Amino acid sequence: MDRSIYGFIFRHSKAQQLFLLIVTFAAFPFIYLQPDLVKTIVNEAIGGEAADFPKGVIGFELEQVAYLVLMCFCFLLIVLINGAFKYYINVSKGRLGERMLRRLRYNLYSRVLRFPQPHFKRVSQGEVIPMITQEVEPLGGFIGDAVAQPVFQAGMLVTFLIFIIVQDIYMGMAAIAMFPIQGWIIPKLQRKVNALGKQRVRAVRRVSERISESISGIQEVHSNDTSNLMRAEFASHLGRIYQIRYEIYHRKFVIKFINNFLAQFTPFLFYLIGGYLAINGNLSIGALIGVISAHKDMNAPWKELLAFYQQYMDARIKYEQVVEQFDPAGMLEESLQVDEPSEVPAISHDSDVAAQSLTYQEDETTIPIQGFNLQFKVGDRLAVIGSAGGGKEEFPSLLARLLFPTGGRLAIGGSDTKDWPEAFTGRRMAYVSPSAYLFSESVRANLLFGLKHRPIGMLDLSDEAIRAREARLAENARSGNSSEDFEDNWIDYAVLGAGTPAEGDEKLIAIIESVDLTRDIYGFGLRGPVDPSKHPSLVESVMQARKLLSVRLADEDHQGLVEPYDPEKYNDNATLAENLLFGTIVSEDFDAESLGDHPYVLSTLNEVGLVHDLLNIGYEAATLMVELFADVEPGDPLFEQYSFIKADLLPDYQTILTKWARGQAEALNEQERGLLLAIPFKLIPARHRLGLITDDIRNQVIMARGQFRENLPDQLAQAVEFFDPSSYNAASSIQDNILFGKIAYGEAEGPEIVGRIIDEVVEELNIKREIIIAGFDYQVGIGGSRLSGTQRQKIALARALAKRPDLLVINGATDAMDSRTRELLVHRVLEAAPGGVLWSISDSEHAKFFDKVVEVSSGKVVQETAGSEIKE
Amino acid sequence: MSLTEEVDVLRGIPLFERMDVSKLKLLAISSDRVTFRPGAIMMSQGGDGDAAYVIISGTGDVLIDTPGGQIKVAEVGPGQIVGEIAILIDVPRTATVKTEEGLTALKIGKENFLRLLTGSPQVAVEIIRVLAARLENTNAQLREAVSAAGR
Repeated sequence: MDRSIYGFIFRHSKAQQLFLLIVTFAAFPFIYLQPDLVKTIVNEAIGGEAADFPKGVIGFELEQVAYLVLMCFCFLLIVLINGAFKYYINVSKGRLGERMLRRLRYNLYSRVLRFPQPHFKRVSQGEVIPMITQEVEPLGGFIGDAVAQPVFQAGMLVTFLIFIIVQDIYMGMAAIAMFPIQGWIIPKLQRKVNALGKQRVRAVRRVSERISESISGIQEVHSNDTSNLMRAEFASHLGRIYQIRYEIYHRKFVIKFINNFLAQFTPFLFYLIGGYLAINGNLSIGALIGVISAHKDMNAPWKELLAFYQQYMDARIKYEQVVEQFDPAGMLEESLQVDEPSEVPAISHDSDVAAQSLTYQEDETTIPIQGFNLQFKVGDRLAVIGSAGGGKEEFPSLLARLLFPTGGRLAIGGSDTKDWPEAFTGRRMAYVSPSAYLFSESVRANLLFGLKHRPIGMLDLSDEAIRAREARLAENARSGNSSEDFEDNWIDYAVLGAGTPAEGDEKLIAIIESVDLTRDIYGFGLRGPVDPSKHPSLVESVMQARKLLSVRLADEDHQGLVEPYDPEKYNDNATLAENLLFGTIVSEDFDAESLGDHPYVLSTLNEVGLVHDLLNIGYEAATLMVELFADVEPGDPLFEQYSFIKADLLPDYQTILTKWARGQAEALNEQERGLLLAIPFKLIPARHRLGLITDDIRNQVIMARGQFRENLPDQLAQAVEFFDPSSYNAASSIQDNILFGKIAYGEAEGPEIVGRIIDEVVEELNIKREIIIAGFDYQVGIGGSRLSGTQRQKIALARALAKRPDLLVINGATDAMDSRTRELLVHRVLEAAPGGVLWSISDSEHAKFFDKVVEVSSGKVVQETAGSEIKE
Repeated sequence: MSLTEEVDVLRGIPLFERMDVSKLKLLAISSDRVTFRPGAIMMSQGGDGDAAYVIISGTGDVLIDTPGGQIKVAEVGPGQIVGEIAILIDVPRTATVKTEEGLTALKIGKENFLRLLTGSPQVAVEIIRVLAARLENTNAQLREAVSAAGR
């Protein structure tokens, strides 16, 4: 990467910069024509003598008024031309700046992808992210100005200078007398500002690093009560930035001050010396005024040049400070990552993997692999065991080429893997780390991550979309960005041995079975909603399942376990809110927590005359809650689970109850009524057993239910997906659609029995596969946060298997799971892996499943045992 | 049956008889009411216990495994508590309880119960008092048995 900003600018935008320069100069005459024309209009057209007219203009004879009109329109034309030039130049500069900025960011990001792994131990996300996003941002503006601005201003300066010198050489010399002094002193002062600028960049980086570190270590901060230490440290960093900034301001304005002083020092000399000479009659006043106005003209571009110089210094520091951070030693060769090899041959399972006196040195003192010798066949099933820190973590990373050896040689089939492109290591081999990362996408997208190396073709696009795609790629090329389109089809299902996405899903089902994830993914599918337009047959089957479930429940005499939603009946196992809405809330128009505050809900309740009763229920329940929970600690889980009132609202309710005693509901204001009304909405008669929901209330709620649906205003029509016994509810999960009701409270083993019957129904209708496929759409959350640690690792194993690698390298990966699961996974993954496996394991008792067991200690192989010798 | 009735049943249990009404209500509200069908196993000997059951209606047989098979040692009915040892200490269930004709009970979860104890010392003292009385009772029986054996 270019070390200097001008190196970068010239390498990538020479032609555009030159073009901008030409356009800038082309605009030059028009800028000067405008004031000239004004002079002509005032002096000649308006103030001209009648005798001068008619005037000859390109062969026409014009009277004074006609001449005035012509001149005025010429003026208007020039104004338009000037405006157009300005517009064009500014847009071009902006576009050039943005393209260069885009190129710079792309290059920086692309370099991050090639950083050597150990480098990530030294730099934090908190530093790298702001460098690529904010720090380079101002450079875009500078790059647009980088050539045109200084050349144009310098050009003007030289033009004026020549103009003056031609008129009178001494006047010219006097006008620029101070320039050399300014040109000498200002860079001197600027140097200190530059140094401070560098310090500032580093200090700001440290701040972002601290923020990101505090977030990563937030639990430690809480559990050690060190938040005040963190605050103090943060304040000290901010203080440092303040100091630097203040110093910079100080010096910047000193420079400005000196600059202004020197600029005005010249006229001072003119007035003093020239005035003296004029009084004494040695200089004409006209000549003096001429010199002063020449100086004024030249000072404008000169000032611009100095401002540009400061801007340049600023940009230079920013650029250099960023770029030097993106050039760590040992970066992966670009060609190994970006270039597509002509072919990616399978690694023969018979070829040898040979490590010869392999050494990996992390720093001066840490040498986890030293003199490591090992030979095996690619197709072998190998277990690596040994104590932690002995090298059994690093060898798999070296084999997967995530680390590069610092000594010795690691060869596969006789060729040193250090020269292999990532197309080989990343496609023919797979690696699973002890804490694999999942991307914030669907389960499916994560499983297929290893199939997306290159776009394998365009999606089926309309002509318009194809044109948009071409335009996109052309623009990419102008900024030196990726020539591959992200919107293309990247998923190479052929790797999975599948021809279509549907076949791919089938293969994935087999793979998740080998990592013992079927039950989990099925659960995601069952407990998630599906888009009926995408899964029409599943939706149909779910409707069948709904019928079948009630039949099965009745068969087993379990119909009491589920209380179905019946439009004509109050569901005692659902909340009053659910009974009223009789549907699922799908938009933010309604808030389940504060339904009683919604004007439409309130008006519906008013119509059936329920508000008064509900307030009474709210009062009764609140009284009980205040009585029961008054001396329960606010943080007690009892509050969470059994109180209708949040701990922090308890005092508010106490006030409400006191007021109620004075005049019931009339004594309360709107907000207090809202608080009371919130309570009955949460009541579930079967669960809470407060006896407050009477049959009368039940009937009224059913009436309100009908009115609610009937009179629902158009703008709320999409806010609720109503329950309908004969149709699928797209807003509910598959499971809720099958149940179409509530599991009854208080039936011993009820949920378990219902769960079993649902599973049986699903099995019987043969929709388990479809539900699993729906489960592939489950979003895993940031870093897989919506999954358990075990689920994440299993998905990582499945992701590696999906590549069908010739050599599967597993580094720990199952260490955090329980022993039974670990054994199951070793067994199943070995069975499913199509090629060789090298697995660094922690339990030597699982070693019996492998062909060969290698014990590593102090960075060396200390023992090799055939698996057969270990078998009990 | 509503909360108040459940509180009455709870108050009939010696373990809870001296507890404040408000505490009993809290205990009732934080407990689930569960229904067992005829012949259902409420708890089985040797299994983990995480709840005690206060029987509201119906009866159950208390069965103990012996080398000769299960034998019925007692019958429990409304107003009685079963499995209360499990909510105080981690021991496997000492007997199996099987319902006769279906039974409704208040299920008192171990965690909620312990939380209630830590939240109010007087409840804890009451429990200690009841347990001490039981221990004394057992001791007395033991003394009697020993002297009977000596005679």
